[in-house]
Amino acid sequence: MSSDVRFTDFKSDKQPTWCPGCGDFGTMNGMMKALAETGNDPDNTFVVAGIGCSGKIGTYMHSYALHGVHGRALPVGIGVKMANPELEVMVAGGDGDGYSIGAGHFIHAVRRNVDMSYVVMDNRIYGLTKGQASPTSREDFETATTPDGPGQPPVNPKALALASGATFIAQSFSSNAQRHAEIVKQAIEHDGFGFVNVYSPCVTFNDVDTYDYFRDSIVDLADTDHDPSNRDQAKDKILESDKEYMGVLYQDDSSVPFEEREGIEAPMNDVPDGAPEGAMDLVREFY
Amino acid sequence: MPDDLNWAIGGEAGDGIDSTGKIFAQALSRAGRHVFTSKDFASRIRGGYTAYKVRTSVDRVESVVDRLDILIALTERTIHENEDELHDDSVIIYDGERSTMQDVEVPGDATALEVPLKRLAEDAGGAIMLNVVALGAACEVTNFPIENLDESLEKRFGDKGEAIVENNKTAARKGQEYVREEYDHDFGFDLECTDADYVLLNGDEAIGMGALAAGCKFYSGYPITPATDVMEYLTGRIDQFGGKVVQAEDELAAINMALGAARAGARSMTATSGPGIDLMTETFGLVATSETPLVICDVMRSGPSTGMPTKQEQGDLNLTLYGGHGEIPRFVVAPTTISECFWKTVEAFNLAEKYQTPVFLVSDLALAVTEQTFPPETFDMDEVEIDRGKVVDEEEVDAWLDEKGRFQAHFAAADGISPRAFPGTTDGAHMTTGLEHDELGRRTEDQEVRIEQVDKRQQKVETAREQEDFDYREFGDPDADTLVISWGSNEGALREGLDLLDDEGYDIRFISVPYIFPRPDLTDEVQAAEDVIVVECNATGQFADVVEHDVLQRVDRINKYDGVRFKADELAEEIKQQLAGEAGTQEATQ
Repeated sequence: MSSDVRFTDFKSDKQPTWCPGCGDFGTMNGMMKALAETGNDPDNTFVVAGIGCSGKIGTYMHSYALHGVHGRALPVGIGVKMANPELEVMVAGGDGDGYSIGAGHFIHAVRRNVDMSYVVMDNRIYGLTKGQASPTSREDFETATTPDGPGQPPVNPKALALASGATFIAQSFSSNAQRHAEIVKQAIEHDGFGFVNVYSPCVTFNDVDTYDYFRDSIVDLADTDHDPSNRDQAKDKILESDKEYMGVLYQDDSSVPFEEREGIEAPMNDVPDGAPEGAMDLVREFY
Repeated sequence: MPDDLNWAIGGEAGDGIDSTGKIFAQALSRAGRHVFTSKDFASRIRGGYTAYKVRTSVDRVESVVDRLDILIALTERTIHENEDELHDDSVIIYDGERSTMQDVEVPGDATALEVPLKRLAEDAGGAIMLNVVALGAACEVTNFPIENLDESLEKRFGDKGEAIVENNKTAARKGQEYVREEYDHDFGFDLECTDADYVLLNGDEAIGMGALAAGCKFYSGYPITPATDVMEYLTGRIDQFGGKVVQAEDELAAINMALGAARAGARSMTATSGPGIDLMTETFGLVATSETPLVICDVMRSGPSTGMPTKQEQGDLNLTLYGGHGEIPRFVVAPTTISECFWKTVEAFNLAEKYQTPVFLVSDLALAVTEQTFPPETFDMDEVEIDRGKVVDEEEVDAWLDEKGRFQAHFAAADGISPRAFPGTTDGAHMTTGLEHDELGRRTEDQEVRIEQVDKRQQKVETAREQEDFDYREFGDPDADTLVISWGSNEGALREGLDLLDDEGYDIRFISVPYIFPRPDLTDEVQAAEDVIVVECNATGQFADVVEHDVLQRVDRINKYDGVRFKADELAEEIKQQLAGEAGTQEATQ
């Protein structure tokens, strides 16, 4: 790790193919900024992504990265971090990737509390498949596959996280660059699973959850008397389904990461030339 | 009476059948006798019929046979379930005082020994020890020195305190004395003891031990019969070597975690059975395309769907060989014995890392639940060799950077194998993806690059064919006109079955194939024979199909898919019928 790393060092020379104006540009820039400002560099960072517009992020960033299959980015990230706790692991997902096909993994990643950060680009729509309802789409939001709206309430990922025993829950807005980077930075610095739901508007297919909508409705928790260490307060804020908040909703300062509790101290990438010392004892156990 | 003894204890699941059988098997092993065990069990926790069978001899035993000499029957059903295997010299030990066992009818001229197991156990300190009373009775019947049980009892009950151990020793002796006093005669058995030291383990344990020997540090899995023992073995042991087992939330998570750990540089593995392989299949392609070394173990059971979870089958060959959309370079290795479960696991890790591919390690229920004795040097750890392939460190990484200083993780080398930089290596940062990608790992749809990368990945298989020895093992007469071919756990039963046939004057060549892909070319061997029979535990002859495909010649088949492994004598009979031109009882109808 070097102190002179700039956030542009995390940028690859590949031009993003996101639509002009896509919220994901801001989301990614904030992630790179947060990584640089927390003292990381591309060679000690591992970024995992799933499928969809959000999944492209690994290509546009420069670091060790894996772009996996739909919904399975979190288990990959957990495997990376447990096998090498010295790496900074960041998982990027979308609302479909994370809360639909990957919802099971989300719950278990939260309760496992491995020390990594999970940034979800939530645009409340399936963008890359051209405009179908996502798990966070509003109940009456009309799409190609739900002409009368999904007819079911959206998933509340923050509530899901809280109920699953999350130690860090935050929300940010991609167009507020400074705050967004700050919030991701806090997620990285958190000792455990740092979950950030990012409002990352889709300018092509979602004409309801727009930049204007979020700008007008979002409330920065920093401007309120919210105490993130207070779980009850966090719960109340999270369950207010008609409000959009920005900032850290909940943080458990006593969080101990899973891999630390499990006693994983060193990277697992070192293997001797033959069987490990004492291996014959494994055989003798069967006497 | 030959020295070869077949013993069983049967009752309801939950009766402690497994641990009692294991105590006896361990005692025999410690007494320098060879042991081969098998289990009959149903997919339930309590109730239903379950049995633990032990075959023992001073000579090596490699299979089960259709004969039972001593049966401890805790339920009447146990006798009925084994009726066909009992003979006139068999001895059945049961508790005639128990209400459910008062009207027991003993088949044929077998000897029934009524031993008040429960009452004697209560005298020794608790009814729960009635199985151990039966073990003591069995020692007397077989002339097996009861002292041999003591160490096994200590191993089994040591954690529960000295008093429990002592009570069990007393219980065993009560069983022994009762038989001696009430049935004072020689049953004709004699279990000779030797000075030999043996270890006793099953196939799942051998796979777990092989993984540790190979330096596996990360294992993630989801419980499923009959693969769970691999995870249970590694849990608690892998930590001593700086590793970790994670029980994942499902099989999709299991394989993706293992993939993540492998990319971080750990030797990494997951194990499951057929239904779990189905769920993992999506990720196979990602493992192969991202060129990540990963060992994926499939301990097969009866399918399709939930099938018969506790029964034997070799029905997943096509799944491991062809599973996944698109074309996936892979290795499929199938151990044929318990000791091979160990050695092929070690080899699987080396193949995975040398060629940066998924390696399927295909075992089956018969190997997984069978325990067998081996001299400990069978697993000589000094023989274990580790090859991590083309891993580059910080000094070497420069050689693999492009003109802009970017690491070429998917460099299209002539042998198909790219350099590998573990995350954390300075200047090695790179992208990889399941999307088609260029040498830098970046998405592309460029036609030339696509062809280059597909060819590069396929080239690994060709390189492996040149560098590795994907050979078969051979038994019997190499010049015989009859050729029998099998894969997986059938080897033991075939070897013994062919010995029986040899005694009757049949001359047979037997080839046992531990490599499904790439596999040895059997063209010359098949063409040289007049009769070719492929033996496997499935209905359609999946391996026979690949042999026909390779050799362009029809072969005969013996298929068994009733959920039970091949028995040596039964298999010999099938082969005889096949050679006589008669249809075998379970021959596939095609």
